[in-house]
Order: sequence, then C-alpha cells, then structure tokens
Amino acid sequence: MKKIHLTIDNKAIEVAEGTTILEAAQKVGIHIPALCHMKMDDIHIENRPGGCRICSVEVKGKRNLSPACATKCLDGMEIKTNTIRVIHARRNILELIISDHPYECLTCAKSGQCELQTMAQDLGIREIHFEGEKSTYREDFSKAIIRDMDKCILCRRCITMCSDFQTVHALSAVERGFEAVVSPAFHMDLNESSCTFCGQCVAVCPTGALSEADYSKDVIQALANPEYTVIAQTAPAVRAALGESFGYPVGTSVTGQMVTALKNLGFDYVFDTDFAADMTIMEESAELLERLTRHLEGDKTVKLPILTSCCPAWVRFIEQNFPDMKEIPSTTRSPQQIFGAIAKSYFAEKIGVPREKLIVVSIMPCVAKKYECERDEFKVDGDPDVNFSITTRELARLIKISNIDFKQLEPSEFDQPLGESTGAGLIFGTTGGVIEAATRTAYELQTGKKLKKIDFESLRGMEAIRSATVDFNGLPIKIGIAHGLGHARKLLEEIQEGRCHYHAIEIMSCPGGCIGGGGQPFHHNKTSILLERQKAIYSEDKQMKIRKSHENASVMKVYEEFLGHPLSEKAEHLLHTSYFDRSSQITIDDSEM
Amino acid sequence: MIHTHILVCGGTGCRASQAKEVQEELVSLIRDKHLSQTVQVTTTGCFGFCEKGPIVKIIPDQTFYTQVTPEDARDIIEEHIIKGRKVERLLYEDPKTKKRISDSVHMNFYKKQLRIALRNCGIVDPENIDEYIARDGYQALGRVLSIYSPDEVIDIIKKSGLRGRGGAGFPTGKKWEITSQVEATQKYVVCNADEGDPGAFMDRSILEGDPHAVIEAMAICGYCIGANKGLIYIRAEYPLAIGRLLVAIEQARKYGLLGRGILGNDFEFDIELKYGAGAFVCGEETALINSMEGRRGEPVIKPPFPAEKGYFDCPTNVNNVETFANICPIVLKGAEWFSSIGTEKSKGTKVFALAGKINNVGLIEVPMGTTLREVIFDIGGGIKGGKKFKSVQTGGPSGGCLTESSLDMPIDYETLLEEGSMMGSGGMIVMDEDDCMVAISKFYLEFTLDESCGKCAPCRIGNKRLWEILNKMTKGEATEKDLEKLIDLSHTIKDTSLCGLGQTSPNPILSTFKNFKHEYLGHVRDKQCEAGQCKDLLHYTIDAKMCVGCTACLRNCPVGAISGEKKKPHLIHQDICIKCGICYEKCKFNAILHQS
Repeated sequence: MKKIHLTIDNKAIEVAEGTTILEAAQKVGIHIPALCHMKMDDIHIENRPGGCRICSVEVKGKRNLSPACATKCLDGMEIKTNTIRVIHARRNILELIISDHPYECLTCAKSGQCELQTMAQDLGIREIHFEGEKSTYREDFSKAIIRDMDKCILCRRCITMCSDFQTVHALSAVERGFEAVVSPAFHMDLNESSCTFCGQCVAVCPTGALSEADYSKDVIQALANPEYTVIAQTAPAVRAALGESFGYPVGTSVTGQMVTALKNLGFDYVFDTDFAADMTIMEESAELLERLTRHLEGDKTVKLPILTSCCPAWVRFIEQNFPDMKEIPSTTRSPQQIFGAIAKSYFAEKIGVPREKLIVVSIMPCVAKKYECERDEFKVDGDPDVNFSITTRELARLIKISNIDFKQLEPSEFDQPLGESTGAGLIFGTTGGVIEAATRTAYELQTGKKLKKIDFESLRGMEAIRSATVDFNGLPIKIGIAHGLGHARKLLEEIQEGRCHYHAIEIMSCPGGCIGGGGQPFHHNKTSILLERQKAIYSEDKQMKIRKSHENASVMKVYEEFLGHPLSEKAEHLLHTSYFDRSSQITIDDSEM
Repeated sequence: MIHTHILVCGGTGCRASQAKEVQEELVSLIRDKHLSQTVQVTTTGCFGFCEKGPIVKIIPDQTFYTQVTPEDARDIIEEHIIKGRKVERLLYEDPKTKKRISDSVHMNFYKKQLRIALRNCGIVDPENIDEYIARDGYQALGRVLSIYSPDEVIDIIKKSGLRGRGGAGFPTGKKWEITSQVEATQKYVVCNADEGDPGAFMDRSILEGDPHAVIEAMAICGYCIGANKGLIYIRAEYPLAIGRLLVAIEQARKYGLLGRGILGNDFEFDIELKYGAGAFVCGEETALINSMEGRRGEPVIKPPFPAEKGYFDCPTNVNNVETFANICPIVLKGAEWFSSIGTEKSKGTKVFALAGKINNVGLIEVPMGTTLREVIFDIGGGIKGGKKFKSVQTGGPSGGCLTESSLDMPIDYETLLEEGSMMGSGGMIVMDEDDCMVAISKFYLEFTLDESCGKCAPCRIGNKRLWEILNKMTKGEATEKDLEKLIDLSHTIKDTSLCGLGQTSPNPILSTFKNFKHEYLGHVRDKQCEAGQCKDLLHYTIDAKMCVGCTACLRNCPVGAISGEKKKPHLIHQDICIKCGICYEKCKFNAILHQS
C-alpha cells in the first residue's frame, strides 16, 4: 500500500493511504478532540458525519479548517492542530453546542459519563459567549428508553447504530436547521416506531439525550416494603462488567461481590439468571433435537434452522420485519422470563409465598429486557413474571445509593436452589455462548456420549457472522451465529431465499452479545472493552465445576419435582411462548396521511 | 403565408399578470378577423423585461408592447396588425427622455445585453421542438456525434473557458474530463435546477423558455463522460418549467434525439426528472444527490466528489442549468468565439436576475466584464423613485453587499470575490438609501436559518446566534460587545462549516460590516438606524413650525396617537405610537420627522 508522508504539529509521520488526520495524529501522540466521530473497528462501525466540527484542524493551503475525522491524509500535508485559529474556532463551536444544551448537568442521567461535559472541562469552557434560544422537544418515555432531545447534539451516533448496525431505521434526523433533531419519523414516540429497544443508541449517545428508563426507585421501594419477598436474578453479562463502575480493571469478573452487594441491598433471595439459562438450554436443545429428528425422518414441514430466542430486541425485530418467519425461532422463553415463571410458580410454592407477594427483579445488561417483561404473554392476571428489570448501570447506582463500598465486599455465593448454575448458562452473556451451551447439551443427549472437549472454539469470536459445523457423531450439524440485527437480517434473507443451510442459528442484537448490551457501563466506543468482558466470561466458564446445562442438579430437580421433562405440557405452558406479527408497526398507513 | 408573428411571453411572471388571457384574446380576435392565414400568435419564454410584463412582441418589426392587458388585445390587432399603426400607449416609455420607444432594438434594456444562454428565450415556442431546431437546435449534438470524439468535445469546452454558472465557477470542461476518466459501467449527467437564491429566476426562465437547450447539452455531456442517463433535479415549485421540460423530453424522444440510437449512432441517452422540495441546500451537489436518492437532503463531506462517487455511488457530473445552456453555442461556434467574450479568467456571458430598488426588474444576460454600473444604471434603468444608490447584493445569501466604489469594477468571478462578494448563481439585488444594512443582514440570516439543514453545529447553532444578535441590534438592545461577538462568530462559522451554505452564510454580515461599519456602530452605540428602517429605533415627531394643522395625520393614525386642534400644530404621543409611518406618508407639509 502507498505510504503518505506528512507533518502534524511539525512532527513528521508516515501513514498508509486512506488514514485520516485524526488517526494519524493519534499515532504521534496528538489527541485531537472529537465529539460526533465514533469508530468501533471490532464491529466495523464508523460514524463520521463531520457534523460537530470540533476536530477542525488547519491544513496548509486550505482556505477553511478541515475536520480531522473525515479528512484523509495526503502526501506533503502540513497540519496544525493547536494554532490560535484552531483553538479559538474549536472553543467557539463547543460554546455554541453548549448554548443549545440544557444546563442540567447536576441532575442529568449522564453526568460524569457525558462526553460533552468532559470536553467542556478539557477545553476549559467557563463561560458561554453565545447565549440564545435553546431548542426544546417533547420528552419521549418508553418502557425501556427515554429520549430527552433537548440534550441531543446531533452527533448521529444513534442513527448509525440504529440504521447501519441494526438496520432498524427507527431513528433519523428530522426537521431542518436549528429545529433539526434525531427522532422516529413524524416525531412518533419510540413505542410506536420500529424501535426494538436494543438500546445501542443509548450505549453510544455522548450526552444524556438517550438513557434507560430508570426503575431503581421502584426497586428501593419494593425492598423497603416488608410485605414483599424480593428476589434478584442476575444475567451472566452483568458480572463481567459491573466492576467497571467501581474502578476495577475492564474484564474483571465480580460475581461474588455482586451477590454480596445484592444481599446487602436487602434482596431476600439472590439467584442467578444462569440457572434459567440452563433451563432454556434444556428446552431449546430438546426442540432442536425434535426438529432434527423429524427432519432426518424426512418430514418436510419441519422448520429449520431453529433460531435462538433469548434476545427480546431480536424477537421484536423478527416480529416486525419477518412476520412470515415467526414460526422459525425456538419457542423457548428467554432466561429472564423462564426465571420469572419458575420463581413465581415452583419457587413460590416451595417457600409458601403467594405469587402476588413475590417481587422478581432482574439485573440485566440490556434495556430491551424492560420491554420484554412488560409483554402481556409474560403476565399472569396482569401480574408480570418479572416485576422490574434494571440494568447493570442502575445496579451500580443502587449500590452507591445504599452506601455500599463495593471494593471492600467479601464475595459470597448465590442462594439455592435457583442460584445453581453451570458454565453453559454463564456463556449466554457473549455472542456464540447460547449456541455453544446448546451444543454441549444437544451433543451429549443426541449421541449419548460424553464430550471430550467442552470448549467449542470455532463458535467463539467477534466476527459479525460466523459459522461452524459440529460433528454429532457422524451427523454434521451446521451452526450459524450473528450479532447485530443487520447481520441477522442478512441471515434471515438467506433463509427466505433458500440459500441458508444451517440447522441452528444464534442471534443477539448487541455487538458482542449481551456483554455489549445497552444497559452495560458505557464503553465510550472502545470495543476492546467488549473483548475483555468476553474473555472474563470464558475464563469464568473454564473455572466452573459444572459446565453443561443438563448436569445442573437444581435444574434437573425442577424437572423431576415440577415440570416432568423438557417440552412437557407444563414446560410448554411455563417455559415457552409464541410470536406475533408486528409488521404493521413498521409500515405507514398511507390512508391516514 | 404567415407574415406577422405575435409573441406573447409565457414566463411565470407574465403568466401571473394575465399573459395567457392576453394570448387567448389575441387568438380569438385573429380568428374573428379572419387573419389566421397571415398572423400567428406564439407563446415564448421570458423576454427578461419582467418589470413591465406582460410583454407582447411583434415580429418582424420588433415592436415591444409592455404591460399588456386582455383589453389591449383589440387595439393591437385592429390598430397595429390591420392598420399598421403602433399602439403608442403600450410602447415602452424611456423614464429619462419620457419618449416612447418603438421597438426592442432601441431599448437601453437590450442594448448592452448579449444573449447566449437566453438565445432562444422570448423567441421560440418552448413547446415546439421544430422552432428550436429551426434555430440550429440539435445541430451541436449532431455534430458531436458524427465528427467529434468525447475527448475532442471536452477539449472544446475546456478551451472555451466556460465555468460553472451555479456559483463556485469550477471549469466545466475540467469537470467533464474528471468524470469521463473515472471507469464505471454506469454514470450519470445531472442538471442542477434547484435554483434557490432569493429573487433569482435565471434557471427557471431558461427551462421555461428554452428547455431543449438544456436537454441537448445534457446529451452532449452524456456522450463526453460516457453516461446514458440524465437526471434533472428541479424544484416542484416550478410547475411551468416542469411541464415544458416533460413536453420537450417527449418531443425529443419522438424525434430520436433521446433514447436509443440517437441520430443513427449507437449512442443512447435519456432524461428523467427528479423533483425537489425546494430546499436551498439541495443546490449543493452532494445534498442534491442525497435528495435524488430519496435520502434527507443534506450535504456530505467531499471528497469523494460526485465525479467519483455520486448518484447511487456512480460517477456523476453535476452542472447548473445556465452552464448547460451555454454548451451548444460553444460546440457550434467554437471555443475561440466563446473565449473572445468576457475577461481573462471569466469567459462568456452571465445571466442576472435584477431585483430590488431598480427600475427594470428582470432577467438580463451580459458579457463578463460588464461593469455593475452598466448593469444597474444602463440596463437596469437606475434606482427606483430617483433615490440614491446604496448597495448591490450579488451571490444571494452567500454573497456580499457592494458599494458605490465597486460599481466600475468588471463583473467576473475573481473581481467579485476580491470586492467581498461572489458571482453566485446570478441574483442581483439593488438597495437604495432607505435600506438598513443591519436589517439586510438580518434578512439574509433569516433565509439561511430557514435553509440550513442542521447537520453541522456551526451552521445550525451559529447562524441562529448571529440572527439573534442582529435582531437585538435592530431593536436597540445590542452592545458593542455583541458586535464583537457577531464578527468573531461569523469568522468561526465561515471557517468550520461543513458545506458551502454555512461557509458563506456570514458573508452578508461581513461584507456589510466592512462597507457600512458606521451603520452597525450606530445601531449598537447610539441606538440609531440611519436608514430609518429599524422601527424600534425610530421616533416620529411633528415639526411645529411646519405643521399647518390639516389633521391628515390625526385622521389616518390607526392607533390614535396624534392629537391637536385644526390649524394648530399637532403632537404625537410616543407612548401610543406604533411607528407604522402612516403619518409620515400622509403629511403633505414635511412636518413629520422620523429620527432614530
């Protein structure tokens, strides 16, 4: 590749053709501030509208300043990033952006994590010289995501995630000029839009314009009410990221401390969603094997591939975009909902607490889980199986609110019986994990043989779409994996066109799976953080004594005592669900226009 | 045998003043008088003399009738056509000599014009391809396809020195060359007809008056760059132009001048219209392409330029309507002919839309190098109402305001830039002593605010803040500190905005500040508006010495702010006065003073 020679602030540098000024500067230790720009190499996503103009630099010979994020290096360029002209313009632009932003830092959900706030600090903004009218918009409260567009700086990162990565296209810029804002079409609420509540917009929003709906207050109230027995369930990806909120190095698993913290918060039982994940595997692999057997027997009506259904954003996506394929996903509920159903039936019976006196709180890396537990099919007489779903970030806040010094906590164990889990349940937290867990179980159940090697390295990684063939004792099982709904869409289209010959496909909406969920501590576009969280999950799996779902004794006991066997009538009733055609949600009715 | 042609202007302006009814009346009279064998009425495009529309012109004697109403049709037929006596009262009256001018040849308005892009406007029926062909139409395309290679044509255009008429003035031949050199299976020719400067209607008039000139040129461009598809991006508010283009395209297809195997060659080219919603920023080529693709009309960072990656990522050559309108004459008459017109770096002619406080509002085409004074005073007939010239704004909202001292400068791309304005697409708005330059800046900022797409922060928020400061100034609430901020922010917006819109939006402020600094200072320091335009800074008072007590002001004041007895000096109560200025207009004794 052609090499380009240039100087940045008098430092000579050689870069490959196509390198931007921003990237080149980083190589020589020059940090050019940038606000709208977002580049996540690990998931091949870049947002580069050149809109904020904060990264403007001086290029010799050019009349105007150039945006470093979007200007490619050319041979012989002489670039200055810190002249008085550049610094003055940059501060003026930042002051302009702040002049159209509410001064609510003290009470903003993003305070302390806000990139605009940090930049104002870094650039030493002490006064806004260009005060004027501020744009105001109606707030939009969905069950999962809150949009406060007064705080939107139009960086469009959310649009890039929603449209390019997820192909959901719920968000786009609407209106013109000073009134321009990011919104669903026609200023619809998110609830009415094609939004799947994946929360990736929240994950990348530099300000407090997009945030999770916060249920931590409801949880505090439930915990304080002696009438309720309050149960916590924690998703696998939470433990791999929660430590980041308390100063632990990225990739530190804090399972034990998290359990202690939850107990200290006053939860009556601290259980593990991994337990429910193991039950998901029992049902899902039974489904897979049932469909496979029928397929092998020549049944043409059988739907293959089977698709995983743990991810609520993904479920909503298929319901909206591929309603004709709604029979393909596994009917098994997600671990969150399986947990809720078992807790409020089997466990409620066991401890003799009536269902309505039980409060189930899930701690999730996800904002879509808030939407999921609101779905009608997961309620009994209006009472949801899972009462509140809070994110990793909300849990971190709860811990801080309750004066718990997380770093000083001694680790403790999950309560029993719904706290027993396996490595298989744990790896649900990362892309490829669900299908690997299913494979571990399906293999042994199908072949009757013990796996020699439990780790299916071929299913792991961060590639957008991965595939592997697993030998089930002479029967080659083709497995596909996708994370990101855009990649899922590709696979679904292949299935529609009959070009897809997988037997089973795992789909997760978020980059890296749940470890990259919209409710996790902010990664600030450093996707290397996702890789570290992924490592933490796999290494914890390795240390688990039991690593296969069907070896989870407590799960087996539930089947023995309560459900019978996977796919039993009772299991179908409590652990399975059905899907709906929601395509009307993404089409506009012309007649009303 | 037809010996007399009556040409009736069919441009949007004249149509709005009943030109169609005039034409219908003429046709029916000709029928009644059994003149159909010898006299023909034709609808043409714009004559340019919009100030005095509707225009009716008689050929062959070039009689030029102005402000013709349907009732005048009878006189034109009975007097002029039948009896051979010109209808004196409909002839144009020279405002200086007060003499009626018998024909267009002797009108100052046309004397200094040279019409290349407008060559057929006001002459041919835009809905009749035969009339276009009769005036050498499609000869250029024929010559190109039969004699020249694409490179040879590009060479002619390059040598001619033609530069983009849309505003920036990029050499047209060079643009074609770049697009022709990119290898791709699909390329596009795009005609930018998203004319948006306030008061500008050059492109609309060309499309309404001579659509084939653009169609033919686009086909030539397609041949040169290797494109078989042309797209005209036109704002939906131009229904007449759209209608005529559609008719013209259909006719060209029927004649084998569009479609497959054009003129017996294996060259294929066809044109489709794409409608815009009238966003100003869609005149920026990347925003235009976004809009054509069905996306939000907002610009993206260049490079890549459309020549490399344009419409649906295919190499795309975007030229403005007027640029295309110059192509065929260059091909037919040669590069040398074209480059002999104009100045060293700006060749050919430029069409301008004259507007504002000028006598002859309308559309003109002059050789590059003509001075502003010639345009405003000779062609434009000077300032309305005998007022004093103050400034001329060129380049639309991106341009600047020039003063008396620039009037003798030759109009070309470089000079206008040096003088602090720009060529732009050809809007020219003349201002007189009654115009407040702070208010003018505010007007342009208002336009920019409306038209900013909102993508980049300096343009989206910065222009809003500029407008707010200007608004404070016109209300007398701004300080000198605000003025400093205004200028500082203007420079930042220019320096950092994403596209041409933001990069030029502070130009009206900066150029008026440069040329009329005292007016700005007057507004912030003394809270005075020299031109008496900024209402909030005005006080109306009555000069007791001049007032005769006629009560005209008192009777006409809409809010009862004036009191006084008959034949005694009156008084304006400042707390009630809304500064509407009616008293000032009604007073016949110069007794009302308005001061700031």
